[in-house]
Amino acid sequence: MDGQLILSIGEVNAHIRALLTTDDVLSSVYVRGEISNFKLHSSGHMYLTLKDTEGILRAVMFRGSASHLAFRPENGMKVIAHGRVDVFSRDGQYQLYIDELIPDGVGALYVAFEQLKAKLSEEGLFDPAHKKPIPRCPMKIALVTSPTGAAVRDMLRILKARWPIARIRIYPVRVQGAQAPGEICKGIEFVNRYRLADLIITGRGGGSIEDLWAFNDEQVARAIFASQIPVISAVGHEPDFTIADFVADLRAATPSNAAELAVPDRIELAAQIAHMQARMIQSQRNRITVLRQRIEALAGKRVMQDPKNYLADRQMALLHLTQRYEQALIHATQQRRERFLRIAGMLEALSPIRVLARGYAMVQDEEGTIIRQANMLDKDARIRLDFADGAALCRVEETLLEEHDGREKDGK
Amino acid sequence: MDEKKTENKMSFEQGLARLEKIVALLERGEVPLDESLALYEEGAGLIKRCNAALDQAEKRVSILLQGEDGRIQEQVFDPNADYGL
Repeated sequence: MDGQLILSIGEVNAHIRALLTTDDVLSSVYVRGEISNFKLHSSGHMYLTLKDTEGILRAVMFRGSASHLAFRPENGMKVIAHGRVDVFSRDGQYQLYIDELIPDGVGALYVAFEQLKAKLSEEGLFDPAHKKPIPRCPMKIALVTSPTGAAVRDMLRILKARWPIARIRIYPVRVQGAQAPGEICKGIEFVNRYRLADLIITGRGGGSIEDLWAFNDEQVARAIFASQIPVISAVGHEPDFTIADFVADLRAATPSNAAELAVPDRIELAAQIAHMQARMIQSQRNRITVLRQRIEALAGKRVMQDPKNYLADRQMALLHLTQRYEQALIHATQQRRERFLRIAGMLEALSPIRVLARGYAMVQDEEGTIIRQANMLDKDARIRLDFADGAALCRVEETLLEEHDGREKDGK
Repeated sequence: MDEKKTENKMSFEQGLARLEKIVALLERGEVPLDESLALYEEGAGLIKRCNAALDQAEKRVSILLQGEDGRIQEQVFDPNADYGL
């Protein structure tokens, strides 16, 4: 202690602090490490520890810098932090005061893009069900874009060439830089509020990923999603995809492409209408031709030519029927006659007269009873014999009964 | 804005869609003749209106600018102007 200074803690810390903060390396240093113990304080400040295999480094990122981060830091994320090393006297700790933090390995913007894309996708902002149809023939188009530069000129040139009858309003906005997202949102909202268009195109010409960044802004995405008016996004060149492209109702590859997608070609449309007119006339003409042919076919019928023909036809038909009736009658009569003659012939064949003509005679007693058996007669009975040509009256002298089948002769 | 008044019952696009429907109906030839005549007449009217719309003069391009009073005003767009952006 001989003559040595005794310092307070504050003096030691202040001394260390003075050493550190005047060091050229430590006043502006890039540190690579992995985030752990990440805490986002309600004040907006971020507290974390950076670590690698060799050790750890405490770090803080104040709200002012943290609010500009394009991604959300997470534990385990490999990052490159930029800042200065300083002493936090109260805790006797040195730490890294981060003013810039980028993901290590992949670009910070890429990570931010992927994170926002995943988040909005999960929220359903890209859902095809929310996509509004693009009007076929927009009559009012709003361009929310920079009023200077190639993009707006290209769009106007194409819109004018294809569809000059649409009213075009430019809502001028910055398309890059910190102000751009807010202005783009305001433009989309303004056009919606006053219904200044039935189609909005928002976008810008090509540029670096940073230049296009306004179209990866969450607020811009939400403004596009909230728009009641269909929105076409037209950002950069063909391969550039932005969040705005995913949430827009239609993505155009370039501003020129947006103008082509937005409107029909006036001349083509006029040709289509002319074609429809021709089809309409043709179909109606065909219709009338077909109807006329039907009428002519009906008018050509005999009955329609002279009413007398109708009567003549009916008379002819009647005559025809009469003739058929008579024919049928004659035919039927003849058939009956033939049948009668056939039966008459059969009757004649059975007639007793014919039998008598063959040499038989019919015997009857006095009462007219036909005698079929000899035993029906007695001696002296008077009988009548009928022949074919007349009759004879006779008296029975004797009856001779024949004996047969063992039966006894019955002599009378 | 002034568009509300000039917009008649049917927009150009609706007219075009109706015309397409009429042509399809007429081509199918299933509507009764008197109806088809009415459709034909309607179609002819739509064609006239669509053509008239297509023949309209070129519309001027305007730009929406914030005036000194903070209100947004519509002006003819000048492609060569700077507009401070």
